[in-house]
This record gives sequence, structure tokens and C-alpha cells, in this order.
Amino acid sequence: MSVSEVAGRTVAGLSGQSIIREIMASGIQFVISVPDITTSEGLLRPLAKLTDPRFIRVCKEDEGVGICAGLSFTGKRGLLLIQQTGLLDSINAIRGNAVEYNLPICMMVGLLQKEAGVPPRQSKSYGVRIVEPILDAMGIVYQNIEEDPDVAKIRPAIDKAFADSKPVVLLIGQTPK
Amino acid sequence: MMDRKKTLAAIARHVTDADIVLPVYSSAFDWLDIRPNPLNYLSHGAMGLASSHALGLALGRPDRRVIVLDGDGSLLMNLGTLVSTAEAAPKNLFHFVCENGTYEANGGHPIPGRGSVSFAGMARSAGYKSVHEFSDLKNFEQQVGAILAEQGPVFTCLKIVSSGAQERDYSRLHGPHVRKTFRDALAAS
Repeated sequence: MSVSEVAGRTVAGLSGQSIIREIMASGIQFVISVPDITTSEGLLRPLAKLTDPRFIRVCKEDEGVGICAGLSFTGKRGLLLIQQTGLLDSINAIRGNAVEYNLPICMMVGLLQKEAGVPPRQSKSYGVRIVEPILDAMGIVYQNIEEDPDVAKIRPAIDKAFADSKPVVLLIGQTPK
Repeated sequence: MMDRKKTLAAIARHVTDADIVLPVYSSAFDWLDIRPNPLNYLSHGAMGLASSHALGLALGRPDRRVIVLDGDGSLLMNLGTLVSTAEAAPKNLFHFVCENGTYEANGGHPIPGRGSVSFAGMARSAGYKSVHEFSDLKNFEQQVGAILAEQGPVFTCLKIVSSGAQERDYSRLHGPHVRKTFRDALAAS
């Protein structure tokens, strides 16, 4: 486990393979993605090589919201892997499909420019600081996946999203290795 | 130009009880008159996303034909769907676009590029191997059965005009009972 010292707090590393194992253990059958630089190497690239879950490239993140919505009616589980910029761009699609329709849209969101070890609300980046308050305002449950022990939150969060038919956002707080 | 209701009725004659149909906005209200069915998927959440919902349904249920009855304004809001669908290449997805050149559900204002945009051309350039375009109803009626027998994804542009005023009760599209009906019907079949 790698360890880094940032902003006064020691944070463990974050393993991409551990996240992938949890995604697979969660029964995810499709990963739908627009590339995100935070998760690019440790998560997205290895996921793209897999056949199960099937990897679907889309042009824009709100397409992925629609695809996950359609999948949810078939009993299949999708995961949308995006950057927070795409989350912000897709707010109306998330509002309509995930929140108002009560659909289990699961989103794994890389936080571009978030400092490792710094809570998102305390980031120097405006684009990071606003993410949690926006999710709070929309009533969307989220989990911070900041370091390896947090990976254990992934499977329960996805299972609960499908059990309750509600969206969930998993915020990836540092670059997975 | 083809009357929309007559055009949709031509499609309906070839739709089976196993097919999933996603009609959009103005087409949806006409379609509900023509072919009410529990496997009509009517809740698309945000304008433009019906074809993306369709891709999810087609990937999740490859045993079913998934038929989208999209609008031109809706497609313009989500043009990337053409590329994403062409790459994912679901064999069971049929994307029809009713082109009337207006945002009919939002006051009838013209779409950008009205009359000059080629939706069939964009689908072809996006990677769809099977692309059709119709403006003559008799011609379409003769060919729609064969189109729905092709291997998807298939894109078909239908140059239509409105069939007249509609009673637009949006609870028929977005009400929770609509999604429950569809979910139950798909799970049971």
C-alpha cells in the first residue's frame, strides 16, 4: 500500500485493481464511460480490456445515464465511469432519470484536480468543492473513495442503490494505481 | 412528406408483442392512440435520451427488438448517440427519426439546420451500416417490414408532417405507473 503526505494528512494509496474487483463483485455487467484523467490509467484502461463487464464507450456522459436507465429495466447492472465535469454536465439527465424516476443509476466519478487527502469540500478547486453540495441538494447518496480502506464501501453502495432503486455516486478522490 | 399517424401505423403493423417500442414526445402521443401496449417504454427522463435508453434496453435484452421512434429535435440534442450506438452495434436496435423540422412539443419552433441537415447522412457517417430515408408513405409501407427484419443497428429517417392537434397529458409518459407497467411486462415476458 503506497502512502503519501498531502495537506497535513497521511493518506494510503488507492488500488485500481481493488476497485475493479469490487465492481465485479457488485454484479456490474456493463461499464459505460467517457474518459476521466483521474481514473484513466489505474481503472479505465484495465476495465476497457475486459469483456465482462462489457465496456461501452459513449460520447457524452448523459448518454450513459440513459443507457444505465434502460439497462436497469432489464435487470442488468450498469456503472457509469466519468469525471465530475461530466457529472455536472449531466445534471438534468440525472435529475430526470435517476432522481425523479427513482432509478438505480450508479456513477463512479473521478474528481479532477482534487488534492489527495483533502476532503472535496475543502479542495482549492471550485469544480471539486461544489460536487458534494450539489449532490446534497439533489438528494443523491454518495461515498468518498479516497484510499484503499474506502474500497469496501463500493459493493454495499451499489447493492443498496439497486435494492432501493435510487442513484448513488462514488467519488474517486485520488488517482488509483 | 408523410402523415405521422399513418407512418407510425405502418410501423405498428409490423411490431409484435415481444417488441419494445420507445416513442418520443409527439410521436408518443400518436403511438399511444395507435398501439397502446405495456411494452411501450415512454419515460426517457430528459429530452434527447430515448435512443440512449434504447441502447441500454437493447444491450440488456438482446432477445428483443428495440424500436425507437425519435424526433429530429430530440436527436439533435444527443447526436453522439449515433456514434455510440454504431460502435456498440446492437443487432436488435432500430432507430426511426420522425423529421418535421420543428421542436413540435416546445411550441413548433424550427430546429437548427431545418431543411439542410441530413439525419440519414449523419447516421451513415457515424457508422451505421444500414440507413434509410423515406418521404413517400406508399414506399415506406412497402419496405418497413423488411427494414425491421434487418440486422441492427438500423437507422431510418422519416420525413413527416404532424397529423394535427394532440391532447398532451404528460402523465401518460412520465407517471410512475408507466414505468411500473413496463417493468412488470418485461419481467413477465
